[in-house]
Amino acid sequence: MCGIVGLFLKKDDLRPKLGDMLTDMLITMTDRGPDSAGIAIYGDAAEGSTKITVQSKAPETEFDGLEAALSETLGAPVTATVVDTHAVLIVPEDKAADAIAALEDRGLRIMGSGASMEIYKEVGLPKDVAARFNLRAMGGSHGIGHTRMATESAVTTMGAHPFSTAEDQCLVHNGSLSNHNQMRRKLAKKGVFTRSENDTEVGAAYISSRIADGASLGEALEGTIDDLDGFFTFVTGTKNGFGVVRDPIACKPAVMAETDDYVAFASEYRAFADLPGIEAARVWEPEPATVYFWER
Amino acid sequence: MTTTLDKTVLDMTATDLRTVNTTLQAAAKAQANGAYVITNPRGSHAMACGLDGPLNVTIKGSTGYYCAGMNKEATVTVEGSAGPGVAENMMSGTVTIEGDASQYAGATGHGGLLNIKGNASSRCGISMKGIDIVVHGNIGHMSAFMAQKGNLVVLGNAGDALGDSLYEARLFVRGEVKSLGADCIEKEMRPEHIETLKALLEKAGADAKPEEFKRYGSARKLYNFNIDHADAY
Repeated sequence: MCGIVGLFLKKDDLRPKLGDMLTDMLITMTDRGPDSAGIAIYGDAAEGSTKITVQSKAPETEFDGLEAALSETLGAPVTATVVDTHAVLIVPEDKAADAIAALEDRGLRIMGSGASMEIYKEVGLPKDVAARFNLRAMGGSHGIGHTRMATESAVTTMGAHPFSTAEDQCLVHNGSLSNHNQMRRKLAKKGVFTRSENDTEVGAAYISSRIADGASLGEALEGTIDDLDGFFTFVTGTKNGFGVVRDPIACKPAVMAETDDYVAFASEYRAFADLPGIEAARVWEPEPATVYFWER
Repeated sequence: MTTTLDKTVLDMTATDLRTVNTTLQAAAKAQANGAYVITNPRGSHAMACGLDGPLNVTIKGSTGYYCAGMNKEATVTVEGSAGPGVAENMMSGTVTIEGDASQYAGATGHGGLLNIKGNASSRCGISMKGIDIVVHGNIGHMSAFMAQKGNLVVLGNAGDALGDSLYEARLFVRGEVKSLGADCIEKEMRPEHIETLKALLEKAGADAKPEEFKRYGSARKLYNFNIDHADAY
C-alpha cells in the first residue's frame, strides 16, 4: 500500500493555495503510507536558471557556506534557500550539470532539478514532513505527492517518493515492479543510471529515457504498460503537466476529479474531501492500461 | 445527532465513524425499521457495514472502501460514488449507489440487490453467490470471475474476460462485451430468463427492455478434469 495525490491547476488564482491543498490531500493519505512522505511542486520558473533541490544528513554544517562555495566553483552567481534538511540552489541553466557534479562531490543528495520543479521528501509521518518543509506555504501550478508504505527498498530519504530522473520530471507510484532489476541493467547499458535500490526510481528512469529518446509523455507512459512488469498506479509530473497510468490488472486504487479549476488525482476519494467545489466535480476511476495526461 | 419526525441525521463532521456505525448497527438490531441520514461522509471507509436488520440509511456523499459490507435486510443508499468493495458479502436487503462503484462491487454477495446507477469498475460481482447486481452503466474487466449464483445485469458494456471460470451465475449484458473469460459463453435467452430479467430491471428502476440483452453463462467445461489432458500431468 501507498498513497498518492496530484493536483493540476487550470487557473492561476488557486496557485498560492497549491501547497495548502496538496498538504491536506497528503496528510489524509497517512493511513496508506506512514513511513515517509514527499512532494514535487512546480513553482515559478526563473528565466535562464535551474533549481537544484539537495538533501543533507547534516544540514547545519553541510549547508553552511554552500552558496558562496558553489558560486566560486561555478564562477557564477548562486542563490541558496535552506528548508530543513533540503536546500534549493538556483544556478544559471548552462551551469546546472557542473553544479550537480559539484554538489554530489560534497556528499549532498540530489532530489531533483529543473526550471520550476522542487522536491521535498523525508522519512516520517506526512504531517511532520509537511510541517518541516512548510509545504502549506508553497505556491505553484501543479504538484504530486506520495505517502509510502515501504516494500521494495528500505525506509530512507532516498527510498522516498517522488523520484526524479530528468529535469522537471518526477514520478510517484503505488504498487511494486517485479522486473526492476532487469530494467535497471537495460537502462544502465544505455547510460541511464539510478541513485537508489528502489523499484519506482527504475520506472521514473524508464519514462525519462523514453522521453529523452524522443517519445512524448503519452508515448512514454504507454510504454510502461508493455515494458514494466508488476503492479502500478503511476502519477508523473512534467514541467507543463501531469499524467496518470495504471497497469492492466489495476488492483491499486485510483480516483480522479475534475472541475473548471483543477484536475485532481488520489488513491482514495477521502483525499478530495476538502477541495473547493468537489461536490460538483466530475469524479471517475481511471481505466486500466489507459494513459491520461493534462498539459498547459 | 438530530432527530426530525421520521429520520435521524448523523453529521460526520461532529460524529466519528465508529459512533455512526455502532448507532446504525444497534438501530438495525432493534428491528424498528428506522431511517437515518448520514451527512459529510468524506469518503470514509466501512460506512454502514454489518447492518443486521431492517433499516433505511441514506449517505449524502461519496464513500470509501467497503461501504455496506455484509448487509442484511437494510436499505442503504449512497448519494455519491462508492470506493472498492461496496456491499461485499451482502446477505440481503438493497444497496443503491447513485454514482459509480469502484472495483469488486458486490464481491461474494449471497443475496439482496446491489443497484449501481453509474459504472462499476473491475471485478464487479467477483465470486458472487446469490446476490443480484444491476449496473446501469458499464463494468470493468474480470467481472463475475468464478461467480457461483445470482444475476449480474449490465445495461452498458462489459470489459475483458467477463465471467472467467464461471459457475452458475447468470450474466445479462445489453451492450458490448470486450471479451469473454475462460469457459464463459453466450447462451440462449429463454422465456424464464426474460421473466427474471424483467423483474430485476423493474426492481432496479432501469429503463431497458429485457429483449435487448444477451445472456452469458458457464460452458461447464471446467467443472471436470478433461481426460484427454491426463498425459500433460
